Amino acid sequence: MATPAKNPPAELTRRSFLVGTVGTSVLMGFGAVLPAGCAREELAAGNFSPTIWFEMSPDGDILVNITKAEMGQHVGTALARIVADELGADWNRVAIKHVDTDPKWGFMVTGGSWSVHQSFQALSQAGAAGRIALIEAGAGLLGVTPADCVAVDGQVRAGEQRLSFADVVQRGTLDRSFSAEELAALPLKAPADRNLMGRPVAALDVPDKSTGQAVYGLDVERPGMVFARPLVPPTRFGSTVNAVDATVAEKIPGYLGYEVLKDPSNTCQGWVVALADNFVSASRAADALQVDWSYGPTAKVTEVDILTQGSMLAFGSDTGALWVDEGDVNAAAQTAAQTYEAVYTTATALHFQLEPVNALAEFDGDTWHLHCGNQWQSLILPVLATALEVPEEKVVIHQYYLGGGFGRRLVGDYMIPAALTAKAVGKPVKLVFTREDDARFDCVRSPSVQRLQASLDETGQVTGIEHAAVAGWPTLGNAPALLADGLKDSGKVDSFAISGADHWYSLPNHRVRAINNELAQMTFLPGWLRAVGPGWTGWAVESFMDELAVLTEVDPIEFRLGLLDAGGKNAGEAPVSVGGASRLENVLRRVREVSGWGESLPGGEGRGVAICAGQERTMPTWVACVAHVAAESAAETIEVKRLSMVIDCGTVVDPDGALAQAQGAALWGLSLALHEGTFITDGQVRDRNLNTYTPLRMADVPALDIEFVASDEFPAGLGEPPLIVVAPAIANAIFQATGVRPRDLPIRKLS
Amino acid sequence: MISFTLNGQPVSTEADAATPLLWVIRDEFQLKGTKYGCGIARCGACTVHLNGSAVRSCVIPLAAARDAEITTIEGLDENNAHPLQVAWVEAQVPQCGYCQSGQIMQAASLLADNPQPTEAEIVATMNGNLCRCMAYIRIKAAIQAAASAGQEV
Repeated sequence: MATPAKNPPAELTRRSFLVGTVGTSVLMGFGAVLPAGCAREELAAGNFSPTIWFEMSPDGDILVNITKAEMGQHVGTALARIVADELGADWNRVAIKHVDTDPKWGFMVTGGSWSVHQSFQALSQAGAAGRIALIEAGAGLLGVTPADCVAVDGQVRAGEQRLSFADVVQRGTLDRSFSAEELAALPLKAPADRNLMGRPVAALDVPDKSTGQAVYGLDVERPGMVFARPLVPPTRFGSTVNAVDATVAEKIPGYLGYEVLKDPSNTCQGWVVALADNFVSASRAADALQVDWSYGPTAKVTEVDILTQGSMLAFGSDTGALWVDEGDVNAAAQTAAQTYEAVYTTATALHFQLEPVNALAEFDGDTWHLHCGNQWQSLILPVLATALEVPEEKVVIHQYYLGGGFGRRLVGDYMIPAALTAKAVGKPVKLVFTREDDARFDCVRSPSVQRLQASLDETGQVTGIEHAAVAGWPTLGNAPALLADGLKDSGKVDSFAISGADHWYSLPNHRVRAINNELAQMTFLPGWLRAVGPGWTGWAVESFMDELAVLTEVDPIEFRLGLLDAGGKNAGEAPVSVGGASRLENVLRRVREVSGWGESLPGGEGRGVAICAGQERTMPTWVACVAHVAAESAAETIEVKRLSMVIDCGTVVDPDGALAQAQGAALWGLSLALHEGTFITDGQVRDRNLNTYTPLRMADVPALDIEFVASDEFPAGLGEPPLIVVAPAIANAIFQATGVRPRDLPIRKLS
Repeated sequence: MISFTLNGQPVSTEADAATPLLWVIRDEFQLKGTKYGCGIARCGACTVHLNGSAVRSCVIPLAAARDAEITTIEGLDENNAHPLQVAWVEAQVPQCGYCQSGQIMQAASLLADNPQPTEAEIVATMNGNLCRCMAYIRIKAAIQAAASAGQEV
């Protein structure tokens, strides 16, 4: 997800790295640029502002502080492995800690499959700096020169001599700082010399998650707290409370009253919160309270209204902001031997993270403390400060395990009603959304409409594509400062609602317009859902490519290969996209080999292909997928028999963890293709629980073959890209099986 | 007052008899390993054992636990080393982990009744447990591994 820094490691490299003995431990972290010999004083004074930082106790135990949220990706394990490998640490001595929002940790966000990608270089350098400092101190203790020493398995070794890191910490005095230039010049391990990265590892969070010991936001209690459940108002925006009748609620044992929230941040518009001394009573009281609301202006809006608005905008010739503008699509259309167009839609989709959103708010007389799981602390802190009318430094968010993120917890809005209620009642408040409340308050994936128009010459060669993509924009609603500028002064654009349309196919004329659906924006708060923009732009791009292949009577894989020439802007750039589209060509050729592509199938079965380059052109993950599907005339008969996937994400830090992420993302793609999706009705989502919102279950899991390309290239994100290709691959396979072309997601009918 | 046995210990509570067992376990007896997910018995995150059978504690009223033996994830094995828990770590099953207590309790009930389930029996039994991270492949593999380990003993 969004961060303002285009190249985040740069913010770290401008500072110096400090390694110093403080008390009985050694601390390592980034600080101001210093003269030599001041590292200990600076570290002891807390004058560091790292996003990465670790320490070593006298026992040699290493604690790596993790600023990223743990929501199933085992991120702490992956990040700690990067540090520990360069450090030469004994992995059995490494532990992790998920930290709170003290400003010293810097900007805090977890999303976009960015964590490893953005932290890799800085963490590697930090580990290498720590290793050098330990070796220098160890060499002094051993009476040898640093050049004679290596750091391996938590020991400084010189020939036959061994000194544990614990001995170095106890007996040595470390006081070393590295300038940005020194840090950048540090020798990093060659891939072949790595002892931890790329090898199997047991994730540090897994044992507690297998015994019920892992602590999630919902599990947190504080002394003296009361329980609360919100009454989510009828419209997301513009509802107001006229009156509340508590006659029935007052009969509920444990009921403590209600609050009508006044929110200076304007997050909660027309909210009432029921309070009790236990959650069940609070929940029953919320059901029993009779609230007279004035509704906001979207109280009658439906999904059809939003899609109709989307179609009107998609069919406008100059609507939206320019995201891609290569050549002249209009000229290409005028000279075309043939034109072709198609319109694709996606329905509203819920996050449905299994732990409903919740937060515990407590004021300690000086500072507000929020306890919950969250993905983007730095986004919500100023909003909390506004809501509570306190300076931002008087608010701290304490992090716990996330019972699912998937982008829902990038938006920390669920903390606001907890904080306001706690302020109103003067007690710690644990505010829990029921599942239905969570669905109604979800920042859903906006419904979308996309229109694609192609121009072809007399040989069937594609000469141009125009792509108009309309949806509610998550960044506009949640973080407007992060909107990008469209090309040619065409206005602001949400890159997270258009990325993926700027694909790696080479087209002489290509125009992409990102268009905001204002009715969607008014009706709900659009959110970032796993795979975000490419999760639905990829649906249109890869379906359309398949339609063009069919139109021109070319094999769908050959058709794509013909457009992947890795020329011009698609050649790639060091370090993040070395090889460019040639790596996409590679995974596509490979999936053709492993998937049985071209082998004959029984009637009613088909194979479809799709490719993608992950979340952004600046962090491509190269993925190709072939779906093998059996389908007859009705959508209920669609059976996905096998998904074959080849992934090139550069260096794989944690192979098994990477596979787990890819498995989950691929099945998410399948779930969104066939099993999920809801409707907006009366300004709200229609499906609010599992009786009607039906994500994929174990019985729906197809055979899944996932292969990673062996690579030493820069690591790219993995938690989302495998999702993108699955829906179009399935739709393309359905076309092969039935001759019916699905253009609406989820695929609900074949006609 | 309602009395029952919770993870082998006799307990009693003054809570209302209609209170879903889940919240009594979590908030009164402070066993937080059992999770709230949907509240309508469709996700399985709240699964506990009532006299050895897997039940959805989010809809079972406290009254149903009267004089019964309730086992939660915390009481499944005194060393937290039930064959399923060992298999869960070995197969690196959990992602976010929120559903896993319920998954393990559901699977433990299955293996107690049917130590060598077929793949189809595993799928049929586990299909009521939603894993939103979609770690289904590993959940199934870990149950099969635990069943195999049981066979070897």
